[in-house]
Amino acid sequence: MIAFDYVRPNSAKAAVDAITKDASAQFIAGGSNLVDLMKHGVVAPQKLVDISRLPLNSIEQSGNNIRIGALCLNSEVAEHALIKEKLPLLAQALNAGASPQIRNMATVGGNMLQRTRCTYFYDLAMPCNKRQPGSGCGALKGYNRMHAIFGASNSCIAVHPSDMCVALAALDATVIVAGSKGERKISFVDFHRLPGDTPEKDTHLQKGELITAVEIPVNDGFAKHSLYTKVRDRASYAFALVSVAAALDLQNNTIQHVRLAAGGVAHKPWRLMAAEKYLKGKSPTESNFKAAAEAAMSAAKGYGYNDFKLTLLPNTIIHTLKTIAGV
Amino acid sequence: MGKFFERPLVPDDLDRVEGKEKVTGTASYAAEYDVPGVHYGVLVNSSIAKGKISTLNTREAERSPGVVAVVTHLNRPKIPFWDNPPEQQDNKRVEGQEFRVFFDDTIYFDRQPIALVIADTFERATYAASLVKATYKKESPSTNIKNNLDKALTAKQAQDYSRGDKDALKSAPVKIEAQYTTPFQVHNPMETHAATVVWDAPDKVTVYNKTQATKIAQQDIMRTFGLKAENVIVHSPYVGGAFGSSSRVWPEEMAALIGAKKSGKPVKVMLRRDEAFNMVGYRPTSVQRISIGAQSDGTMTGINHEAFGSTSQYEKFAERIVDPTKALYNCANVSTSYRLVPLDMSTPCWTRGPGETSGSFALESAVDELSYALKMDPLELRLKNFAEKDPDNGKPWSSNYLKECYESGAKKFGWKNRNPQPKSMQKDGWLLGMGMAAGIYHAGRSPATVSATLRSNGTLLVQTSVADTGPGSATIMTQIAAEAMSIDVRKVEFQWGHSTLPPAPGQFGSQTTASTGSGVYDAVKALQKKIAGMLSGKQGWAFSGLPVEDISFADEMIVDKNGDKVSYDDALKELSVKEIKAEFESKPTEEREQYSGYSFAAHFVEVLVHPETKMVKMNRVVCAVDAGRVINKKTAASQVYGSMVWGTGIALMEEGILDHRYGRYVNNDFANYHIPVNADICHVDVLFTDKPDPILDPMGAKGLGEIGLVGFAAAVANAVYHATGKRVRDLPITLDKLL
Repeated sequence: MIAFDYVRPNSAKAAVDAITKDASAQFIAGGSNLVDLMKHGVVAPQKLVDISRLPLNSIEQSGNNIRIGALCLNSEVAEHALIKEKLPLLAQALNAGASPQIRNMATVGGNMLQRTRCTYFYDLAMPCNKRQPGSGCGALKGYNRMHAIFGASNSCIAVHPSDMCVALAALDATVIVAGSKGERKISFVDFHRLPGDTPEKDTHLQKGELITAVEIPVNDGFAKHSLYTKVRDRASYAFALVSVAAALDLQNNTIQHVRLAAGGVAHKPWRLMAAEKYLKGKSPTESNFKAAAEAAMSAAKGYGYNDFKLTLLPNTIIHTLKTIAGV
Repeated sequence: MGKFFERPLVPDDLDRVEGKEKVTGTASYAAEYDVPGVHYGVLVNSSIAKGKISTLNTREAERSPGVVAVVTHLNRPKIPFWDNPPEQQDNKRVEGQEFRVFFDDTIYFDRQPIALVIADTFERATYAASLVKATYKKESPSTNIKNNLDKALTAKQAQDYSRGDKDALKSAPVKIEAQYTTPFQVHNPMETHAATVVWDAPDKVTVYNKTQATKIAQQDIMRTFGLKAENVIVHSPYVGGAFGSSSRVWPEEMAALIGAKKSGKPVKVMLRRDEAFNMVGYRPTSVQRISIGAQSDGTMTGINHEAFGSTSQYEKFAERIVDPTKALYNCANVSTSYRLVPLDMSTPCWTRGPGETSGSFALESAVDELSYALKMDPLELRLKNFAEKDPDNGKPWSSNYLKECYESGAKKFGWKNRNPQPKSMQKDGWLLGMGMAAGIYHAGRSPATVSATLRSNGTLLVQTSVADTGPGSATIMTQIAAEAMSIDVRKVEFQWGHSTLPPAPGQFGSQTTASTGSGVYDAVKALQKKIAGMLSGKQGWAFSGLPVEDISFADEMIVDKNGDKVSYDDALKELSVKEIKAEFESKPTEEREQYSGYSFAAHFVEVLVHPETKMVKMNRVVCAVDAGRVINKKTAASQVYGSMVWGTGIALMEEGILDHRYGRYVNNDFANYHIPVNADICHVDVLFTDKPDPILDPMGAKGLGEIGLVGFAAAVANAVYHATGKRVRDLPITLDKLL
């Protein structure tokens, strides 16, 4: 048996202390990804610090921000009245992910920290720089249909699998983390990393830091005009080939503000800044949406099996924006 | 015969006789038998697809807590049939040398078992298995069929075929020619393969496994270990789906047998999902080229179908990929060829509609392509070339209601509302496509032996070794017995799924109802004859001396010509016996040889395709099926629903994917190997002609297990073409192929 310790601290501070002291310790909450990784032998923590019962599971609005505790279940957030009313994009993205059973276990913090589903990452007989730095990237010249078209490196072309995170990136969320030196805030778009030469690191979290909440600014215009589109190989329980989270603040037939992010295309939820910049101040027309989609794709690169994403993503951006704007 | 199953004694919607056990969890599957002292075997699988094992270090695993044995090719016990094979090996179902687990150091396929670790708990065995270390002398594997067509072989079971003029195609005024491919597809039954083995004595073994044929499993095991038939007992009453994947004995069963022998403990082995992709059979990948020529009025003048299917390096597995092409259309000039391409993979095996499913995708897509070339409605084209008799051998059909399937299916579906122009129809902003295809599947019947026993409590016991892997066979056999005996269906007890029962053919080839059902019918008739004879022979009462044929069975009574009646219980009392038993071997009649027997289907499919993302949604399906007389309308419809679900998967998403650089699966789990979820399945109407076949068997039933799948994927592909104007010839039709 692979023996490991299991502790269940009573406070966030005690949890942080338990991790900080132990090099191979890991937090566990819902376990919907970590347990799989342990079964596959991808990770073998010597200590699990169970945070699932810490009081980090409230959803509340304070001022212009909605704060979601890191231990809220994905299903709780998706069904919460405040979220459905003020952040429908987030609710849609959550419901597009996984299955009801998994959403009933998975937490918001855990969703952010889930690992890639790259098949080479999970198979110990295959090369993978993310799992075993220096062993090579199996996907680069292998079966890479699910893989990145933005921001990849020769070390890793894996994608982040989350749907929720695509909406959080679009909504300009902020991640609140607690560490041994106190609390700090990380802008959501800076939370996950690109692979570069160190694909083993998924995020900018420091050792010992615990996600305690995410904060999302509310914009009533976005709440009225937003949509999460997930394109996948079957109707449910499949990771995105590509997904698009979009929100428009429309006034007098002009796009005052716009948020666009894509999933299934990069090592992190991919904010489409160039397309946003193009659309700001323009009218919501099909031709503008097409031009924006083109702008979004300027840095895209295919690796063979995933070349179709170079067509699918702009199509999905255009479809999503047209649907929101009703054109 | 026409009256069969029209009696109120036997409802034609009888609930599954084993349904309660299954849904309440009391049915025991292969890995669920509570065997005292059982130990758990976990396989160690190779990390290469081709080469030799150089070193195999099991020391650490052997020292791990709870481990009682680690079996490898280096320490396995002698296995008589493997170590000293007889020169003549007859009755082989697959040509070649079967795979022998732990035989030697050769690696034939990726994740080939190289060791079995046996421990007192599953967890300890799993951990210890991770401690076994192997090194290899690697060779470069070939797993891509397209790159290896030049290495194709002929097989005994796949002879070239030709009728009429091979060159007729050349002069056809309208002609289409295209290449179609189908990927590896994996059965993936819900229950993965498992075996629990107890050696009761050095020459006697009990096996709880998952098999479609307890008798085949028994024979394979007795042959391999040199045992007597009566010393090999195979139990497999409940099977959690098989679809062909449990039609021969596989490495996990042999590993459990060898491991139990080596360790002296009862051993249970159950495969993980990832192990079930390349060890226990799968549907081989295919490359097919079809050309069809026709006159401008649609009359087909020539068909050529060349197929390549994959197999392993050690066996030539052949299926019936070109068979639909031989028999479906009235075309005088048809030639087919079928070659096997050996790859560094395990041997494929029969997979629901084995051959016909892949072959009909190519044929029925090609017929659709021909219809557009002719500017003719695809249904009209099929009717134009309807075969009034079997064009393969000129024999009359035993029954053929395909035309009625076309008609009733088209009517229910609303085929006449289809605008023939591709990309012409829409619904809610999505492109709408309607497609159709036909299916044909051989209606088989094999000998089956069944025993029937009338017991003093007024019940009828019916026994045979047939499997029920899920289609509802036990229920159907119960119905047939009740009907044939004229007894309340609740008084019939049917026993199945044990090798100790009278021999029945395996549950494959859509022949269970026709074969074992006939056996049940004939055994009951033999029992009645025996009872009648005994009654007639008893002196001094109403039936004495009557000719046996004047004694009949009706309304749970034995009746003579004069209207004298006696109940079954009273008859036994009168005869002073506790029970009367008859056993009968039922065989196809000679008359059958004069006819050609097939089941038929017409599939109508409506899909929606998103104009921008190209996501495909099934919207509506009508399957009209001629499977002869329907014996149980619930289980029959479920067969077709199941075919439609799998057909949807085959058409739109199922694909076993290997990284050919390593010859290794990269999607051997349910997250990455997509099968349909509920949300992918649309409404489906199943229509049965429900007309008895007068020739094949006493019930008038034809096979139903596979016909629903034959042609289905083509109907979807044809609907996608109609929606988008894009012809996808390489399954599955994932959205990237439509962008």
